[in-house]
Amino acid sequence: MGKRLRLDPVACAGHGACAELLPELITIDEWGYPIVADQPVPHGLQREARRAVAGCPALALALTRVA
Amino acid sequence: MTDSLTLPPPALAAGGPPRGLPRLLPDAGTVPVDLRAHLAMHGPLRAPGGRDGLLREVAAAGLTGRGGAAFPVARKLAAAAEARPAPVVAGNGAEGEPASGKDRSLLWIAPHLVLDGLQLAAGAAGSRSTVLYVPRNERLHGRLAGAIAERAAAGMDAARVELVTAPDRFLAGEESALVSRLAGGPALPAYRPVRGLPRLAPGRAALVQNVETLAHLALIARYGAAWFRAAGTGAEPGTMLATLHLADGRTSVVEVPLGAGLAGLLGLDARPGPAEAGAAAPGVPSAFGPVQAVLVGGYHGAWLPAAEAAALPLANAALRPLGAMVGAGVLAALPADRCGLAETARVARYLALESAGQCGPCFNGLPRIAAAMEHLAGPRPDPRARADLERWTGLVTGRGACHHPDGSVRFIRSALRVFAAEARVHEQGRCGGTDPRPFLPVPAGAPATDEDWS
Amino acid sequence: MTGITSSTALWYASRATGVVTLLLLTAVVVLGILVNRQGRLPGLPAFAVTGLHRNISLLAVAFLAIHVVTAIADPYVTIGLAAAVLPFASAYKPLWLGLGAISLDLVAALILTSLARARMSRRAWRAIHWLGYAAWPLAVVHSIGSSADARNGLVLGVLVACVLATAAAVAWRLAHAAREVPRAGRAAAALSRVSARKAGL
Repeated sequence: MGKRLRLDPVACAGHGACAELLPELITIDEWGYPIVADQPVPHGLQREARRAVAGCPALALALTRVA
Repeated sequence: MTDSLTLPPPALAAGGPPRGLPRLLPDAGTVPVDLRAHLAMHGPLRAPGGRDGLLREVAAAGLTGRGGAAFPVARKLAAAAEARPAPVVAGNGAEGEPASGKDRSLLWIAPHLVLDGLQLAAGAAGSRSTVLYVPRNERLHGRLAGAIAERAAAGMDAARVELVTAPDRFLAGEESALVSRLAGGPALPAYRPVRGLPRLAPGRAALVQNVETLAHLALIARYGAAWFRAAGTGAEPGTMLATLHLADGRTSVVEVPLGAGLAGLLGLDARPGPAEAGAAAPGVPSAFGPVQAVLVGGYHGAWLPAAEAAALPLANAALRPLGAMVGAGVLAALPADRCGLAETARVARYLALESAGQCGPCFNGLPRIAAAMEHLAGPRPDPRARADLERWTGLVTGRGACHHPDGSVRFIRSALRVFAAEARVHEQGRCGGTDPRPFLPVPAGAPATDEDWS
Repeated sequence: MTGITSSTALWYASRATGVVTLLLLTAVVVLGILVNRQGRLPGLPAFAVTGLHRNISLLAVAFLAIHVVTAIADPYVTIGLAAAVLPFASAYKPLWLGLGAISLDLVAALILTSLARARMSRRAWRAIHWLGYAAWPLAVVHSIGSSADARNGLVLGVLVACVLATAAAVAWRLAHAAREVPRAGRAAAALSRVSARKAGL
């Protein structure tokens, strides 16, 4: 039971704000699009993860509870 | 429309369940079965035991989707039965895969089986609203409209059937693309974070089934699960329609039991030989010419060396461990005198152009992958092209809203494995292919605007 | 120049906060275009452009609220509470204030939908957000007609600067939109770019 980051690839336009706010879990590929780590968000990064979700201009990132 | 249709010899007993094959396609060649002939052959549609009885029978039959994903039909129908309000029921006949012809053949020859299945699915879902999603073809459209009208006049159908045309796109038949089209927009795949029935609109779901699946449903309702299981394997029961591309260039749609040997289907000489992956050898002999490799599962499937394929059955249990799959039943026997890399590059280019253009990794990655493949298919390719290809195929997998990048990568990676010897020949500036003619069907043109997706 | 008495303080406050609101709204529109075009401000990360756009819009709302409240409270002119949101309901200069009321309504819609963005469809949010391009010019016209301030001196200078900045940003956005490849052509465009490059290999 943890929280995972989910990216909507259709909504994503490659702004890159998410990778700036959460570099531990999100990196940018050679075309400017985020590679989101498919692992539970560690407790210490929950706040940064919420900021990354809020900081996306396209609202393409979400933090979901995954069993 | 179905000029190149060949069918195995008939074995239909009038008035009783079809013994042996074929089941879906009758013995009358390519002549369409009209309503009267359909009723004479199969009798009126009945679903003994009502909705619950049908669900039980379908579950016992073990019918899985024939659109490529092989999802258990009983589970989908059960989910649809529980959905409130009742979902829209859609029969998917779009068949975006250029190498597949089974769905349009089925719709042309035996539309009433499909329409029966559509009514059964609607009954199970508790829905009065169905859609038949079909390719853009005036003759087929006219024939289907006529069949629907004929049934309506006879008062046969409880649920109304609407015909919706699909654009001529590879992804038009993708489940979420179909739903986008039904919702009134272009047939673009959608991001689906939540599993379950796709949403047509907030609060309205859709039950989508391939048209061949619906046809099987119509027969299971009449003849039962035991009859259905009389063909096929224990884990993969029943029959399926396969589109065969034989080595002499002919194409045919045949109905085969699951688990049938690929050698028999493609006329391959099944004598076991040394299984050399990617051997640029004369190839395995077949009734239609020597074959070097077999494409199993269409353009999102995988190449297998001919010798290996000749020993395999058409069943996921045997194919999945080798990276291949049954998919929608496309089998292509590549003649030994073709260049497998060139064929793959042509298809890779098509797959790249057919990207919906929605997800960055897809519309950036697939074109670069295609360009690299074209480069590898040429003389003395730059070694960086191979390294780039490895990186890009890893970069696009799993990062699109639909499985287009994943499937395309599966196809291309299998080509790199199977045609490795050919790649070495190209590095020396030569090519093993002596016949430059294209083998696999690839449509011309590329989409440019949303109009092309509508 | 007459001194500022308690009765004219409100009037001056309303005019001053009006000018500031217009400045802030201009900044919001320009920053919004920057976000859309993935443009950057020198020395600032990408997330800061989005952050500034959002935070300045909230600041603009605060100044807009003071601008409206002081105008209503001022006894010198008759502007009822309703006139703040209902167009042309003011006794004083109904046309010019009415345009301001419409602009305020649109700004309110933008702010409220953006706060509730996660709960609405993308298409609906986008459609309402486009109304920003209507809210801004209405605010400008409201400024020009509502008081004589905008016709001379410093305020006129500010107004002209706002209009120029917005015009430049909009022209930038339109130029890009004209060149932009439609979604269905993106893969083909990438393919021809890559093939052309490889041809030089």
